[in-house]
Amino acid sequence: MPYPQNQIPLCPAPLAAALRVIPLAPLSLSLTVFSRKIARNNPGLINRLGEFDTTDFVLDPTDLPIVLCLNPNGGLPKVKLTRRRQAKGSTRISGPLAALLGLVHGAFDGDALFFSRDLVVEGDTSAALALRNAVDDAELNLALEAASLSGPFARPIQQLIALAERQTGLCLTRPEDAALW
Amino acid sequence: MVMEIVCPAGTPAALRAAVKAGAHTVYCGFNDETNARNFPGLNFDRAEMRAGVDFAHAHGSKVLVAINTFPRAGDEAIWHRAVSAAEASGADAVILADLGLLDYAARNHPGLRRHLSVQAAAANADVINFYADTFGVKRVVLPRVLSVPEIAAINCETKVETEVFVFGGLCVMAEGRCSLSSYATGLSPNMNGVCSPASHVEYNEQQGVLDARLGGYLIHRVEKGQPAPYPTLCKGCFSAGDKTGHLFEDPVSLNAEKLIPQLQKAGVTALKIEGRQRSKSYVAQVVRNFRTAVDALEAGQPMPEGMLARLSEGQAMTTGAYKKTWR
Ligand code: SF4
Repeated sequence: MPYPQNQIPLCPAPLAAALRVIPLAPLSLSLTVFSRKIARNNPGLINRLGEFDTTDFVLDPTDLPIVLCLNPNGGLPKVKLTRRRQAKGSTRISGPLAALLGLVHGAFDGDALFFSRDLVVEGDTSAALALRNAVDDAELNLALEAASLSGPFARPIQQLIALAERQTGLCLTRPEDAALW
Repeated sequence: MVMEIVCPAGTPAALRAAVKAGAHTVYCGFNDETNARNFPGLNFDRAEMRAGVDFAHAHGSKVLVAINTFPRAGDEAIWHRAVSAAEASGADAVILADLGLLDYAARNHPGLRRHLSVQAAAANADVINFYADTFGVKRVVLPRVLSVPEIAAINCETKVETEVFVFGGLCVMAEGRCSLSSYATGLSPNMNGVCSPASHVEYNEQQGVLDARLGGYLIHRVEKGQPAPYPTLCKGCFSAGDKTGHLFEDPVSLNAEKLIPQLQKAGVTALKIEGRQRSKSYVAQVVRNFRTAVDALEAGQPMPEGMLARLSEGQAMTTGAYKKTWR
């Protein structure tokens, strides 16, 4: 774990500032491609969502000026970034970006983040639970998935991500995998 | 002999995490209403169970399959198939609660070890011995309503192994008998495998004040900065007469870490950790902690101080009925 759970860092201000101005459409498209690759590589993730595999999830990193709308779409996910805080969805999970990423990478326990109110769930609690459980089982490593999209640049990209992780305190990879880099 | 640590696994990843963290034994269930943790996104299909058992055995750990809800009349075949699937997966034992299912398993799967689930609420030596004599039960998971001296007294009067909860969410009633969840939502742990199910939970935060409702009933309201409990009915804040408070139980978790030496003296065989609905990160941390504790006890060394408060509900701990003064 890159940092203790009781000191969840906030996203660096320059990143938040950049997200206030950069166009979100290309970013949304890249994230859709990325999420489809993850869904392809981890079919169990979609299976575990069960009846929630077409639910509209709103993931709200509270330290960023954007929200991420995700619909798993039965295994062909769609991602849309929006600056509208009031984006509509069946379920909304809000918390600092570091908490959301830490959850994905298994660095944190979702219930503990919830008890401490670092994470807030609104809307369909069952859907949020299904997503949390499916992601926890998938043992995702977003950095590794991103690097594998970069062909011959995979290794330098991994090292760049490791550097970014050290600088920002964000959990960009699974702790046990990071040790291998 | 070193006390056996029995750890929860809600997913194959959690099973692997528990085994790697040093669990002697892992318990888990199928992804249907046959197990008392039938939550969205959790549990094992048949192939995952086989793979999980293989992984655990390859690392020297055992797997127990919980088939511990009460079958619906007319639909017993679902539960019967689960027992067959557990045996086919190579599981080391099944954890059962229902008399009919125990009878079925004893007759049709005599080679499959049978444990009595906490859902059966067997809380005295007579009833435990009845289950052993009639259905060949080898181990009983004791309900969380007994004190340490009561557990010691039971162990003096039975040869059946005893397993007790030492950490995690606290079900404070005689388990398998509580109807609070059925009353509020129509779904219960006994029949549907869920207490206070997420499908009936609603959170609403306004200006930092968080309301948690179950089936439309307000169960908790917490101010900004206060820990958020899950709206489990027995841990709700209620008004009755002129009193408002946690009438049944505070929103706390069980932690009987410090009582391990006493539980060992009381003749307990296995220590159970609750939490199949929790993440692999939780499982790994708790298992590591308890494994270190029992290894230290075995080696005659002092017990390490616990570090688990943040993982618990309400971020507060209790030793439960083991040392309880009831309201
Ligand atoms: S309401 Fe409480 S006592 Fe009743 S089954 Fe649920 S956890 Fe147990």
